Amino acid sequence: MLDWLLVIAAVVCAYQVMRAQRLILATLWLASTSALVATLLYRLGAPEVAVMELSVGAGLVTVLFVFAFSIVGEVTLDPRGIVPRPLVWAMILAIILLMGWFILPLTNSQNPVVKVPFSTMLWDQRGLDVLAQIVLIFSGAIGLLGLLAEREIVVGRKPRPTVALTSGSSQPEVLDGRWQITANETSVEEN
Amino acid sequence: MAAFLQNPLNVFALGVLGLLGMGIYGLLITRNMIKMVAVLQILVKSAVLALVLAGKAGGNINLGQSLAATVIVSDTIVAVIGLALGVQIQRRFGTADLKEIATLKG
Repeated sequence: MLDWLLVIAAVVCAYQVMRAQRLILATLWLASTSALVATLLYRLGAPEVAVMELSVGAGLVTVLFVFAFSIVGEVTLDPRGIVPRPLVWAMILAIILLMGWFILPLTNSQNPVVKVPFSTMLWDQRGLDVLAQIVLIFSGAIGLLGLLAEREIVVGRKPRPTVALTSGSSQPEVLDGRWQITANETSVEEN
Repeated sequence: MAAFLQNPLNVFALGVLGLLGMGIYGLLITRNMIKMVAVLQILVKSAVLALVLAGKAGGNINLGQSLAATVIVSDTIVAVIGLALGVQIQRRFGTADLKEIATLKG
């Protein structure tokens, strides 16, 4: 019964992430989903991954999202999607039914249960995965530098307008496609 | 039907399907790039739960746990890089709406 409640709450929280009009609310719903999934993982018998999901999914990622909002400011979202809603629901229903048809019903394993400790499995048998994780963490550090970068990326430099005043006239003139203001036969460039 | 619902593995499998459906729904309707990163997180949570569930059903839950740990780390890096891209796009274009920042016209 508790498993049912946790599953339903996780799916409802995930749906609220889509429905939230403010990004900060979507982030809070995402953190709730993460905490509920961590509880499900614990009840499934995977405490190590549950702790990792709780600390990373509900903690670190939430902090990253809030940090990103503090940089760009709060954004109100446009609820209109690109794909029509009936088509979206039809596709999701088809995918869920197909996957459910493939994997359900699950039965308990008839094979003997493998008793390899998690640390042995991770460090000895999946050592290449650990190396890949180290490389990924370095990539993430570089990505975080991109998140923290203050300077704007300039793709193409626009020609800086040269502004000049013509003597006896307060109206600026356009010369050679640029604004020119000449005063006392002197061209003054604006920064 | 009662036996199906009483097996806890089936309950977790329905949770995997529900989270997967919500993730795909979000990917199809979301236009904001920063929110799309959050939606990807939901999809990956579904994958993590599915990996551990497969390990449990196959009798080797620690294999599922080690794979899920790798997926969690990868997912965090995807979130960091996606947020960095979203922040820079928001600064450059003034919006993170994927429809408005698209420059390919056709």
